[in-house]
Amino acid sequence: MFPDLGEYGTEVLTAYGVSIGLLVAIIALSMRRSRKMRAQLDAVEARKDAARGE
Amino acid sequence: MSIWEYANPKKFIATTTPLVPWVMGISISCLVVGLVWGFFFTPDDFRQGSTVKIIYLHVPAALMAINAWFMMLIASLIWLVRRHHVSALAARAAAPIGMVMTVIALITGAIWGQPMWGTWWAWDPRLTSFLILFLFYLGYMALWEAIEDSDTAADLTSVLCLVGSVFAVLSRYAVQFWNQGLHQGTSVPVATGERSVSDVFFVPLLVCMIGFGLLFLALVLMRTATEVRARRIKALEARMR
Repeated sequence: MFPDLGEYGTEVLTAYGVSIGLLVAIIALSMRRSRKMRAQLDAVEARKDAARGE
Repeated sequence: MSIWEYANPKKFIATTTPLVPWVMGISISCLVVGLVWGFFFTPDDFRQGSTVKIIYLHVPAALMAINAWFMMLIASLIWLVRRHHVSALAARAAAPIGMVMTVIALITGAIWGQPMWGTWWAWDPRLTSFLILFLFYLGYMALWEAIEDSDTAADLTSVLCLVGSVFAVLSRYAVQFWNQGLHQGTSVPVATGERSVSDVFFVPLLVCMIGFGLLFLALVLMRTATEVRARRIKALEARMR
């Protein structure tokens, strides 16, 4: 099943490993910051509403 | 209905939020299909051996590295002309993605170049203009972080984006401008449609290019919404002080 990469196995696997790692990292970081900002905005808006109610 | 309605931050978030999971899902599916197809089910090239499999990462990443800058250019021009905050934030959101694409293109190019050209790096026109494009991405991101006032930051980064566009164009057409470099001509000329790549390699490459393009779109939409929220947080906190 696994292809015979011949003498260039290290090069090909390194290229795939580094690239997939970088893609996963940018997706994960973007999702994490998105979740963080949503939660932060909800908290700030709740504070604003509470301040208005006082 | 006008496209400028989406310059309203609330409308932008309401429209794009439900789209992002779909675009992300389709992009990841395309990437998995394209990369598995390319890695496991395509033959070695008679000259390049198995290193031809690096094409499925290198070409789409390089394509998106340049196109991301052009998207930033359009968004920056919209900011400069029409002063829509969402467009400035979209340009800011695209920069880290473009930078990652540039890094992937540079690293995979170097890994491929070592066995094929006998060197990791050459001061070839395309490689050098790509390295400068990478430095422009870093400078663009640093400038956004360095300036407190977001409108001033948007103005200055837009000007930097205009200047950097010269290197984005050079990265794309360097091979045609100068002939002395090591880098070969484009494998898939969009204008002429004549390609030097056999269908065996081209079809999975096309699937990967679609995957990279959709991934870029999904990430830009998600990150722009994040930047809009961050700006709103800043404005609300300033108002409550």
